[in-house]
Order: sequence, then C-alpha cells, then structure tokens
Amino acid sequence: MSGNGKVDMIPIILNGEEVEVPSGINLIEAAQIHGREIPHYCYHPKLTVAGNCRMCLVEMGMPMRDRGTGEPVLDADGNQKIGWIPKPVIGCGTNVAPGMRVNTDSPLAKDSREGIMEFLLVNHPLDCPICDQAGECRLQEFAMDYGRGYSRFVERKNVKPKRTRLGPRVTLDDERCILCSRCIRFCQEVAKDDVLGFVDRGSYSTLTCFPGKELSNNYSLNTVDICPVGALTSSDFRFKMRVWFLKESPSICTESSSGANTLVESREGQIYRIIPRRNDVVNDTWMTDSGRELFKQVQSESRLTAHRSDGAEVTLDAAVARSVELLSNDKIAIVGSCNSTVEEQYLLRKLADQTKAETHLSGHFGDDDGLLLSADRTPNLRGALATGMVKKYPSDNLKPLALQLGKGDLKTLLVVNEDLFALGITKEQIKKAKIIYVGTHENETSKMADVVLPSLTVFEKSGTFINRNFRLQKFFQAVPGPAGLVPDFLVLNRIASELLGEVAESLGLESLWKEIGKLRTSCLKGIAYREIPSDGLALDPGKLADLPYVEGPALNFSPSKVKKAVKAKPKAAKV
Amino acid sequence: MAVAKEKRIILKYADAKGYSNDLPCYLEHGGYDMLKKAVKSKPEDICEEVLKSGVRGRGGAGFPTGMKWKFLDRKSGKPIYLICNADESEPGTFKDRQIIYKDPHQLIEGMMISAYAIQAKQAFIYIRAEFFEGARILDRAIAEAKAKKLCGDNVLGSGYSCDIVVHRGAGAYICGEETGLIESLEGKRPNPRIKPPYFPAVLGVYQCPTIVNNVETLCNVKHILEMGADAFAQLGIPNNTGTRIWCVSGQVQKPGYFEFECGALTLGEMIYDVCGGLNPGRSLKAVIPGGSSAKVLRADERFTGTLKDGTDFDWGVTDIPLDFDGPIAAGTMSGSGGIIVMDDSVDIVEALANVNAFYAHESCGQCTPCREGSLWMRKITTRMCSGGAREEDSDLLVSVANQIEGRTICAFGEAAAWPTQSFVAKFKDEFIAKANQPAPDDDAEGPARLRLI
Repeated sequence: MSGNGKVDMIPIILNGEEVEVPSGINLIEAAQIHGREIPHYCYHPKLTVAGNCRMCLVEMGMPMRDRGTGEPVLDADGNQKIGWIPKPVIGCGTNVAPGMRVNTDSPLAKDSREGIMEFLLVNHPLDCPICDQAGECRLQEFAMDYGRGYSRFVERKNVKPKRTRLGPRVTLDDERCILCSRCIRFCQEVAKDDVLGFVDRGSYSTLTCFPGKELSNNYSLNTVDICPVGALTSSDFRFKMRVWFLKESPSICTESSSGANTLVESREGQIYRIIPRRNDVVNDTWMTDSGRELFKQVQSESRLTAHRSDGAEVTLDAAVARSVELLSNDKIAIVGSCNSTVEEQYLLRKLADQTKAETHLSGHFGDDDGLLLSADRTPNLRGALATGMVKKYPSDNLKPLALQLGKGDLKTLLVVNEDLFALGITKEQIKKAKIIYVGTHENETSKMADVVLPSLTVFEKSGTFINRNFRLQKFFQAVPGPAGLVPDFLVLNRIASELLGEVAESLGLESLWKEIGKLRTSCLKGIAYREIPSDGLALDPGKLADLPYVEGPALNFSPSKVKKAVKAKPKAAKV
Repeated sequence: MAVAKEKRIILKYADAKGYSNDLPCYLEHGGYDMLKKAVKSKPEDICEEVLKSGVRGRGGAGFPTGMKWKFLDRKSGKPIYLICNADESEPGTFKDRQIIYKDPHQLIEGMMISAYAIQAKQAFIYIRAEFFEGARILDRAIAEAKAKKLCGDNVLGSGYSCDIVVHRGAGAYICGEETGLIESLEGKRPNPRIKPPYFPAVLGVYQCPTIVNNVETLCNVKHILEMGADAFAQLGIPNNTGTRIWCVSGQVQKPGYFEFECGALTLGEMIYDVCGGLNPGRSLKAVIPGGSSAKVLRADERFTGTLKDGTDFDWGVTDIPLDFDGPIAAGTMSGSGGIIVMDDSVDIVEALANVNAFYAHESCGQCTPCREGSLWMRKITTRMCSGGAREEDSDLLVSVANQIEGRTICAFGEAAAWPTQSFVAKFKDEFIAKANQPAPDDDAEGPARLRLI
C-alpha cells in the first residue's frame, strides 16, 4: 500500500507471462487473480499462514543483481539472469516482489504437489462413500487433479478415533484429519477461544481439545466449514444429506444486525444447513452457530399456516377484507418490526401514512460478542429508520403504545411479528382494541388476534435488510413457504390498495423499489433493486448516523467509523 | 606417517585427574579470566574476533558463527536473546554431554562472553530432557557463578547484566532444530517455524532477535578470546578452523570421543588408529560420518573431484579428512561429529530400519512430507525386515525420500530422507537381496521380532 491508501501494482512473471498484481499479497492470491489455481489446504485467507500442508509448493526465482553495485546480472545473450530458488517455495508464505518469477506448473512444482498429494492420502481412510465432506472435499478435488490414481502404499494405515465429540455441535473423525491446523488457528485467532491442539507426534498426531475444555463457543461450526477434509463434521448435519443434492440460496443471517452473509442449502423444499458466504466487509467467512440453527423455525409446530378471522380459518381474500374493514376507522396504531424487510417496512409506513396511524417499534437487544452477534438482535432496525417507518431509535419496549392504549382511544392494532405481552402491554389494556396480527409463529398476541395473516420466514421470501454498517443486503427465497401463503409485501400492498378502494397492482420487488427509490429524504433514494450487488451496497446514513445505536466495535464494524464517514463528506456531495 | 595426536582445547581438563565440575576447580585452572577480559573490551570487538577466527557452528550445519551474529537485527530495539542449544539428540553424538557434565563453567563462561558480545539481555540453556543430571549440574554451576558475580546482575562490576536460565526439554529430537527449540522454550509444541519470515536473528524467541548456538561452539568463543582470532584460525586448516570433538560409536574396539584439530586426521586413522580398529576378523562395511542424518559411506566407495582450494582429490572412505569440508566433498557431511562405524556383520536393511524408526518417531508431524514420508519409510523398512520385502521396495523407498527432501518446513526432512536415499543408493544389492531371503521362522510375531536399537 502506498501512502494515499491506493494499492501499488507490481509486475511479476507468472508461468512465463508478465502480469500485474497488487503488492503485499502472497503467491496463492496473485495466481488466483490471474486464473491460476495453486492448490492448498492449510492456507486460509482469513487466518495466519501456517505453511504446513506444503501443497502450495511452487517454483520461484528472482532477477539476479550484483551484490556490490546492485546492477542486474545478465547472461551471455544480454538477458536478465534469474536466480531460481533450488527448492520449491510455499505459495502461501511467499509474498510477491517486483520481477519475481513464479512457475505454478513447472515439473518441479507438479512433482512436489503430486508427492504431497500421495503423502496426504497414504494414511487417509477411503471413507468417501460415507463421508459428509464428499462432494466439497479439497482432498477429493486435488486427488483428481494431482493424484496417482493407484496406491503405492501397501502398509497398514494408521488407526485413530473415528467419532470424537469435540463439543456440543462438532464431531471429529481423526483418521480423516490432515493436520492442517486451520481449526486450531481459527479458535485462537478469530473465536479467541483457544481449546484445540494436537497431541502425539508425527503421523500419529491427533487433534483434540485441551483437558477439561470443549469446543463449545458460538463459532465452533466455522471449524467444520474451514476443515478442508471430512474430519470436523457438524453433529447436526452429519449423515443427513449428500452435499451435491443441496441447492444454495444466498441469504442474510437474521440473528442480529451484523447481517452475516449466508448460503441456505436445501433440497426439495427442506433446508439442511446454513453456511457462511464470504463477504470481506461484513462477516469475512464466518457466522455464528446460533445463526445456523435459525432454519429450524421453518418447520416449527407453532408455525402459523392458515389465515384466521375471528377464530375461524378463512381464505386470504377474506382475511384481507376483514383487515381492511378493521383498518378503515381512524383510531389505529401499527406495531412494526425490526425483523421485517425494508420492503415490508416501507409498505407499513405507507399504510400508516394512509390511515394516519401512529407506528410503534420495539428493539430487541442483548450483549455484543465483538464478532458477529451484535447487541441489536434484529436484522433490520436501520431499515425501519431508513424507510421512515419510525423516526426515533426504538427502546426495548412499547411503553408509548401502552400510554396510547391507556387513553382508551385505539380501536385497531396492526401488529407485525411481535408479542405485545412480552413488550410491556397487558391484556387488560388491549381489551377494547381489535388486533390484526401478521407473523410467522403463534404467540400470545396471535392467539388473541381478530385477524391472523400468517407470513413467511426469511427463508421463504426475498427482500433486503440494512445491517449495522448501513449496508443494504439482498437475500433470496430458498424454499417455498406453507401452501397458500404469499409474500408479506404483497399482502400489505393489497391492504394498502384496498383501503383506498383500489385493486392492488401486481407487484414485484423491482417495481416496489421504484417506489422506495423515490423516498425523498431517505438514504434509499435513487436505489434500484437490481443494482444492489450480491455483496451489498454501502448506504450513506446521513443524519441517521447520529442515533444512539447499541452496537459496539466488532468484526469489520466500528460505530465511530460510520459517524466519521458521514462527517467527512463534503456538504456539496450531499443530495 | 604417525597419526596426529589429540589436541584437547575444549576437553583439556574434562577428563583430567582431580578435575571437578565446581567453580573453585574451574577458577584454579584459569577459569573466567576470559570473561574478565571480555567485559573490559568492546562487544563489537569480540564479535569481530569471532568472525575473524572463522569458527563454524558445531551443531551440525557448520555455519560460520561470526556471520550468524552479524545477522542479528539490532535496529528493532527489541531485547536480544542468546540460547545455548544443549539438546544434543543426533544419534551417534555425545560431545556436548562431556562438556556439560564435566566442565559446565567453561560453557557458562563461553556463554557469558558471547552474551556480552552480542549484548544479550537474557540467555537460556535449552537442555534435552534426558540430561537431567546435566541440568542439575548447570543449575548449580550457574548459582555458583552468580554468587561470584560471574553471571546475572552487573557481571564483574561491568554494569552488564545477563542471567542464564536452564530450560529442560521434554524429550523430542525436533527441539534441536533452532526454531522448534524456540517454540518449545516459549512453552509451545516444538513445531519449527517457517523461514522466511521467522529467522531467529530477526524474529526469534518471543519474536525478538535471538542467537542459537551449540554448546561446543559457545565454548570455542572462550578459546578464541584466549588465543586470539589469528592463533585460533591457525588451528586446523583454512575454512575449517579450531578443533572438533568427534564421537565414534559402532563396531570399533575403542569407541569414544576425541578432540582433534580440524583436518588433522582421516576417517581411516580415526577408525583404525585412534579407535583401535574393528573387531577381530571383521571388515569395514559402512560409516555414517556425522550423526544418523548424514549420508552413509560404503567402505569400497571412491570419491574424486576438486576441492575449493583447487586441489584434486581421489579418496577412499578411509582417506576422507575429518573436518567440515572433507565429508562434504565426499557427498555427505560431518554434521554433529557423530561417526557411526558398521562392520560386515551389519544387515544394512536393518540398519536403515533403525534409522527410519528413529525419524518416524521423532517427526513433529507439522508438515506433510516429513510426517507421512518418515512413517511410510519406517513401515516399508520394518516390513522388509520382517520377511515382507519386495524387489520394488528399494525404488519405492528412494521415491518416498525424494518426495520429502527439500519440501519441508525445517531440515528434518533432509535428515529423514538422506539416510534412505544413501543407504539404498549404495547398498541397493542388499535391499534387492532382502526380497529373496526366506521369511524369518516365526512369522506370526512379525514386526515385533525386529531388533530395533
């Protein structure tokens, strides 16, 4: 990096071809930029370099210079002489330098790689037919590329424990472990929970937890993700599904405002696991264990699946009609949700504007863990502010609504995904009001509601959230919702239209965003849905930066930076 | 021509009658005079003397000590550490043990002079676990030295302070590798570090500049100061200065340790004259000249070529001069000075099986080639000795060894690969013959029958 924060580009000769690469990166990254794969196991872009698998060995040389004068040394033909390092070097531990020669497929590099591949396989069990990693296993992949195809190893393979419980969520098969130490480094460097280590020596080395410790931190399943082989397996996912059958849908973790990027993996409408999706400005390559469990709510017994009106199951049309009827009077309040998408929040705002309802919002807060579980335990509080659904930063209860109710002048309450009674409202207080409940699961409020509009979970719909960095991020439907349910934004749009006596236009996210993009004073102004990149869009929070957010500094997030970025902006640039 | 006499400098008093390893005895024999001289001179002058003396490291690699000290990163402002590598664990080597057990104060004096020369803030002696008595001796000696202000705070009133701490290993060969040693000293698993960036002279113990020297090397520093660099350089031959302690083991009549000027005698003279030759009726079959990781020499081999100084040579095994460069010219190395002699009663495959068992047992397991390769080679040679040899095993062994050499984090890879490469290359006939030998009588016991030393 040079002083002005720009990355210097330097020339290297990669496999005989002169290419430019950013300075300061290693050979694996440099080769990757130019479409050459240097196979590796122990190297991980988000962990320190261990250099122990030796799979990334390549041939490297530097232009020779005279030690005294510093002049380039030329050969008889006047060409630059290259000082080739006689031994292969590791791509992960070698950084690029100007004029460096790198051969990733020379005979020496290939021979080294094939040798390492053979070594890694000699004591590796032939478990592929029953191994969870099969299909996403680096060992399998590189064995296809660099393996011998037959074994020269006629001795007995080492025998090690096959199913060690490392913690509540991770099971270890020691025989499959190639001792790359990624999991150990992850626990030390990222999770800051140093519990893993090797015992014994040489090929008998065994991964284990330190005595009296277990791998139980809330990031333990990341070790399963980064395990290049099938040694660390998720106790939950183990033996459930072959990975090649799984469909991957990009999603966003709704556990907290950190907005970890994820992939939801499903087959035939059923979700089997959630894994992190790399985003270097949000979650790197990590996510919480608790966030991976969230898909289980989809199949929960308390899931709301049928529209209800006055206690009876009715059609969507009937439920909407009844809702419109209840919202047609003038004493209405709306309880919004930080779990709703930006689109839903926008439509709630629209509804509130139409009905002159007051909108209430409660936050859900916990403790920051400094990584990816932030103090704001909802995915989209900033969305509620950006859309203008609420103006003030919410507290953790609904006291203003209680006051309003106390005056006894509220006739209808539209509640989205919140349980009023968990937020400081008593049953006595709402005796006189009618409740329309929009939500995914049954709770005390939904049980008392006059109209219930069951809605879809984040896995069953598409939309956007704004995370703690004010990053607008898209997520996509992974599985179909319960039969007969339509996306919430369509239901809300229908109610809004029918309140005006109109027939709702058919609406998609694209067209809805055309409306949202017209919000004049919002940081969402001018954004088109299709232009939101898959890794999110950084918003300019403007005045919203100054609200009393609860999140503390964490991975890729610094509260003061968000504020500073706004203040540093020249006024002229503000729209 | 008469065989050169032993030239005992370092072991001058070690075996002398009445010489004990306590401080009064050492002082009586002129001990710590050189430290007194050292603290009155400039540190850089001592470094210069060491460089001029041409003394090379006695631990195995033979790297010039003065040069090593020059690589120290002095700009970082971090404290400098000196570590004495007393993890003498190369099979066939037992020289440092003599110094530690019999003349510990010589080591302490050498260390204090060296520490002063490089301006170390703290010194460590990393001693192998098996030398428990040695550790006790050193602890006592350091306490004695401290009481007399020869070590610790304000050494001899000079204002320079440096403490020596004895740190015991836990029984791992890899702790002799300097970065593995440093990791172990820091309380971790002794996994050697990757170089670059972790060169000890820049990022050593606690990520501070560190010098790691062998016991014998550090003792030499005292004698360099005593004799003066020029006189020291006169010992031995150019580029191979000073004396070396050779440890001879194996099938000779009088094994032991002998201190000679570098290049003063040949391997043959050492075996036949100094060590009394082989057992009656036996003939020489092979010699490992520098600890088990050095490449083996076959008795009837001949070596020809040109030395660095331009002279041509045509040597048999017994003609190889005992210094640093002679064994290198013969394609092997003097390593740690452990000469292992094998006569014609030795089954060469079994000998390699022993060596391989050692390296498979001692591989730290950090990097793939050494971890898997060393065990694979052990499994092959053990099988070969248990009646399961195949003709193709010799080629397989070499192929496995070739896949280790040059591809590991530390030099253990070479140490494990060289024996196999050289044993098979030089005794291929025996490896092939093994395949045609009938299986041992009682095959049921299999590998358990193999006699591994």
